[in-house]
Amino acid sequence: MIKAILVFNNHGKARLCKFYQHYTEEQQQHIVRETFHLVSRRDDDVCSFLEGGTLIGGSDYKLIYRHYATLYFVFCVDSSESELGILDLIQVFVETLDRSFENVCELDLIFHVDKVHNILSEIVMGGMVLETNMNEIVTRFMEQDKLEKSEAGLSAAPAKAAAAIKNIDLPSLPKDLKLPDLSKLPSFR
Amino acid sequence: MALKNVKRSIDRIFDKNLQDLVRGIRNHKENEVNYISQCIDEIKVELKQENVAVKANAVNKLIYLQMLGYDISWAAFNIIEVMSSPKFTFKRIGYLAASQCFHSDTDVLMLTTNMIRKDLGSQNNFDAGIAINGLSCFMTTDLARDLANDILALMSSIRPYTRKRAVLISYKIFLCYPEALRPAFPRLKEKLEDPDSGVQSAAVNVICELARKNPKNYLSLAPIFFKLMTSSTNNWVLIKIIKLFGALTPLEPRLGKKLIEPLTNLIHNTSAMSLLYECINTVIQGMQSHGSSIQLCVQKLRILIEDSDQNLKYLGLLAMSRILKTHPKAVQSHKDLILQCLDDKDESIRLRALDLLFGMVSKKNLMEIIKKLMIHVEKTEGTQYRDELLSKIIEICSQNNYQYITNFEWYITVLVELTRMDGASRHGSLISSQLLDVAIRVKMIREFAANQMAAMLENAHAISGQLRRNGMQDVLFAAAYICGEFAELIEKPDSLIHAMLRPRVMTLPANIQCVYLQNIMKVFAIALIQAEEEEDNERALNLTRVLLEKLSLFLQSSYIEVQERASSTLSILKYIEKLQVKESLVAEEFSILFKGELNPVAPKAQRKVPVPEGLDLDAWINDPPSSSEDEQPEEEFPKKIYDELYSPTREKRKEMSPEEIKKRKEERLQEQASNPHYLMNKAADGYQKLDAEVDPGLAGELNISVPLHVPGLPSSERYLRMEQDRQRRAKAEKTVKKRHKKRGKKKFVHVSEDEEEDIAPTHAVDIVQEEMPEGAAKTDSENETTKDDPHRALDMDLDSPLTPAETLPRPRHHEVRSKPNDEKVVEEKKLKKKHKKKEVKKHKKKSRKAPTESLLVEEPANEQVSEVTRNTPDTIEKKESKAEAKDDLSFWLSNSDAVSAPEAAKKVEGPEKVVQVNGIEEDEDDHEVAPAKEKKKHKKKKDKKETKKHKKKHHNVNDTVEMEAPSNLQLSSYKLLGENKEIKLEFETRSSSREEKKIVVSCLFENLTENHIKNIEFNILDTLNTRLVRTGGENSHDAVPIPFSLPALSRNECQLHLTASSVTMPQRMRGTVTYMIQDQEHTKQEKLDFKLHLPCSAYLVTTPFSSNHFTKLLTSGDVPDKASVKVDSKGIPLDHVLQKLCFFLKLSVVEQVGDSASLYSSSIQRHHICLLVKAAANGFISVDGKSNNASLLSNIMDQAKEIVQG
Repeated sequence: MIKAILVFNNHGKARLCKFYQHYTEEQQQHIVRETFHLVSRRDDDVCSFLEGGTLIGGSDYKLIYRHYATLYFVFCVDSSESELGILDLIQVFVETLDRSFENVCELDLIFHVDKVHNILSEIVMGGMVLETNMNEIVTRFMEQDKLEKSEAGLSAAPAKAAAAIKNIDLPSLPKDLKLPDLSKLPSFR
Repeated sequence: MALKNVKRSIDRIFDKNLQDLVRGIRNHKENEVNYISQCIDEIKVELKQENVAVKANAVNKLIYLQMLGYDISWAAFNIIEVMSSPKFTFKRIGYLAASQCFHSDTDVLMLTTNMIRKDLGSQNNFDAGIAINGLSCFMTTDLARDLANDILALMSSIRPYTRKRAVLISYKIFLCYPEALRPAFPRLKEKLEDPDSGVQSAAVNVICELARKNPKNYLSLAPIFFKLMTSSTNNWVLIKIIKLFGALTPLEPRLGKKLIEPLTNLIHNTSAMSLLYECINTVIQGMQSHGSSIQLCVQKLRILIEDSDQNLKYLGLLAMSRILKTHPKAVQSHKDLILQCLDDKDESIRLRALDLLFGMVSKKNLMEIIKKLMIHVEKTEGTQYRDELLSKIIEICSQNNYQYITNFEWYITVLVELTRMDGASRHGSLISSQLLDVAIRVKMIREFAANQMAAMLENAHAISGQLRRNGMQDVLFAAAYICGEFAELIEKPDSLIHAMLRPRVMTLPANIQCVYLQNIMKVFAIALIQAEEEEDNERALNLTRVLLEKLSLFLQSSYIEVQERASSTLSILKYIEKLQVKESLVAEEFSILFKGELNPVAPKAQRKVPVPEGLDLDAWINDPPSSSEDEQPEEEFPKKIYDELYSPTREKRKEMSPEEIKKRKEERLQEQASNPHYLMNKAADGYQKLDAEVDPGLAGELNISVPLHVPGLPSSERYLRMEQDRQRRAKAEKTVKKRHKKRGKKKFVHVSEDEEEDIAPTHAVDIVQEEMPEGAAKTDSENETTKDDPHRALDMDLDSPLTPAETLPRPRHHEVRSKPNDEKVVEEKKLKKKHKKKEVKKHKKKSRKAPTESLLVEEPANEQVSEVTRNTPDTIEKKESKAEAKDDLSFWLSNSDAVSAPEAAKKVEGPEKVVQVNGIEEDEDDHEVAPAKEKKKHKKKKDKKETKKHKKKHHNVNDTVEMEAPSNLQLSSYKLLGENKEIKLEFETRSSSREEKKIVVSCLFENLTENHIKNIEFNILDTLNTRLVRTGGENSHDAVPIPFSLPALSRNECQLHLTASSVTMPQRMRGTVTYMIQDQEHTKQEKLDFKLHLPCSAYLVTTPFSSNHFTKLLTSGDVPDKASVKVDSKGIPLDHVLQKLCFFLKLSVVEQVGDSASLYSSSIQRHHICLLVKAAANGFISVDGKSNNASLLSNIMDQAKEIVQG
């Protein structure tokens, strides 16, 4: 089971929090902070597994993370999950984001956290892995997008126009997550 | 309309949406909190609007704020409003918000049940998807109970997208509502073989999660998982399955045997590291007895550890530590590699390596490993890792009651060395407690320890600065205590006293000063005794005066405790001085103050003191205080002292088990008996107080190797060298011995190699037993208070058949409780779906009613009895089927060759007995005899029962066996399906070559009563393979109505269609027939449970075949699978045997020549079955079969055997 999925940037700012177990908001913030401290002091060339974190977990749980440019993707999982499998799952998640947002960058996650949640819900459900096939995930997500657009119909046009105007002067941020070479995902051959 | 919408949305474009909110927060970095509270106010206004779009937008913003740590539970009701919107866009926002902030205690959740149900049943599969997804995050017991049925229905949805989610969420349902597990399990099991890989993966996932906590209940699924493992190509699924096997194999050793080959193959061949790693893990967990496989795993792990990928390295070490528990030797050979990992830059890896070292330690290599670790401590930077190293060193040494330490002097030296390591540490108190522990519990070491400590105290002025920097001041606490307590062993008490009185002591922490004061007095007492023995009055007086002078300094201490001790000490000293001046002897009297030895108290001693009867520990002794005063400060100090003395060691000291104590005692007694120097103590030693006995030999060795007085602080390295020397010597000695033996007797050459492991310890490691209270509970049982684990509720037997009461609750708000009368019957036709439920109710009602009725009528009593008798066979059947399920598994596990094995031929098999042979053939020689025997017994018993049944009820079949006139053999293929007092069911199967996946079960219903039976409904619990065909649109649970009613004592036949995807295995299904029986006054509903057994012959179709084709087929190689049996026909002529075979197995005779005949049949899926039946000598009949499907053939052969035997 996956207990939590956290995405935060290099400064510890949360970009996505998904807890599959109830914590109060305060606890959630603590967990994010603690996890950030644990993860951020590690070099990039060390292993991706971390035991502990007193707030989340306990002996049966592990933190498994990957670091992409400005973002950390952290999964907190118990012993029923395969460590390497989860690493690949993180990769699938990020690649799916990349395909859905067309070159995903931190900004996309900042402004479209709802979309990220929707994509994630196609991959993990209630702490259990739902789908690992990237094509399936993207197709389903796109279908829902289409459904949403068709529902909005004509009335969405003005809002879209307004959003376009508002989006003109976005602060400059690194545009790309710099996905490393990801051709092989052995767990999901 | 559209225009209106546009207009409305134009009004809204200046509302803040999520993006605006995010942007706003980013633009107000300096007063973010203000800005957000402003936004929340806006959101509150928006939530009050009528327009759902506005609300949804507000909720969407709330989701973002929730991530930033703001509580949004106040908007729970609005979230539900948005969830209930018919538009997918808004619904999705609502469900997302709910999944983020709802939890099982959210009270508005009870409003959502019907809404969620509606969404689950929605035409749009994305609606159902988001509903399930949301539900998975906030499942409660109520929701689980109310929605279990809907989810179960969705599990067979035609859309894989929904099906997959429904399967996955069933796990959450089970967690919250365990009662759902058994009714839903067959469906779940079925999904393991779903055509959609996503659904399959979800089902595997759910079962793995379930099985992780209660593995034994899922053992019977092993064959299915085995099949999946060998057939699946999805690595994700494979990993899960392999993990599951890891949990199952420890429960069933035979499973390990079965798995070892495919797993090793995977280990050799897979390119996916994740899969490789999980295979290794499972082998480690479940197949510890397979040495070669473990070796393979260790080899592979070494490759992983040597890999440049840090992740693999980490996992390699992790798995290695698991092997270590069972195969320490296999790991120990890779010590070099692991020590190397200590130098890794990655802390996680270093910690893993440390963990490994912890387990690799033995008596032999302890010193060496610790040496390496100490070097490491010096090298490393970073306090945290250093601390970890330090505590690991201590942990390694002290583990298991100092099991691996052979030389305690070495250990003391190590501890002392550790105090001198550079860098701040927080383990001063740990080392201190170790010193205390060792000195107190190992008697032999006391002298050495005391002198070491004395040396440390004497040098304290030089090293105290360093000690403080290193955070090691606490060690002085131990040093002072040890010196004082064992002062009689100290060589120069006077100089020690001087050292302890240095003014610098005043700068130490208060608790250490206190210990100093107390222990100075102890040392002083010893010094006095010595002085008086030497009649050196001057020395004594001098000492007293020095003490008086120096101790007065402590009177000015700012610590109250120090002051107090100093003043009381001083007054005693003044008194002594007075006496000394008078030249009277004081030493003896004075030393009485410190007489008596302190024994260490066992960690659990206090807990084990039995509470005397009548004592209520919770009752107030005095009236409770009116105000709550803070008593903390008073308690703190003594508590701290106590903690420092004992608590750190608490975790370390492991209690000896009673057996261990007993063993040790026996050993000791023996040793005493053989030791001429031992002075027998006749006094009853009622208490187990193990003192350190000194083995004379060992003591001698000690004298040789260790000089008694070590000036200064020795280094531990010396001991390492000593130890190595000693080992070398011992080895040399042994080889000499061996050679000697070789010359003497060649037989004894095989001195076990393990001998080398047993290194004679330099010190007797006999450790003083800790004190336990009298009347302490003997058992060491610790009632662990297991916390509420939801998985405990899920521990249930999944193989036993469902009882009628076990149905999932259905929505029932519009259901009216009905009286059982005639009118109701008509109505009931319409409410077919609720049958099961009502039936349960009625049963209850009836039993309640029974006593009152019996007053009026005679019959009811009878009825009650009949019910009882009806129940008994039912329960027997249940038991049987359960045993059978076990049997099937054990059969699968033991061997599938068993059928052809010689003992199998002796098996007496009932006509209905199925032998479940799975598609997987495994050639294993190690056939387990015991289970097979058990099984045979079981079968015999069953057989008896069945034949009895047959005699009573099944004349036709029975007649065929005892038939006198052979010419017109009367055979009936109708078999009993089930029967009670009222109704009897018989069935036969029919198949047709035109329908590839269909067979017909023709069922004969017979009314045994004088009453009218109607509303008959027939239902079968579908299996993965075989399903009942229901008329279109009906749920797969629904019963099939039988289109006739049965007048009194009549019978009628009805054909039911079944689909079968595979025909190679016999099927056994459970089913129910429900019906209404109408007597004079009222109608009642009854039911009959039955088991439908479809042998493989049910799938065969009689196919005429020419002998030409037959020979062609045999020679073509199209029928590669062979099987043969030889059966005693008990004198039945070949003709009859052939007739029976042809009749029951739907074979047709191709050719008959003399004593042999060839028969042919084909299955509905075009498998060939060719049999050659020969009458051999002395009444035996041999049957040889060929087919293109081994499983089908072996099943048919089994049937053939039964038929021939009658």
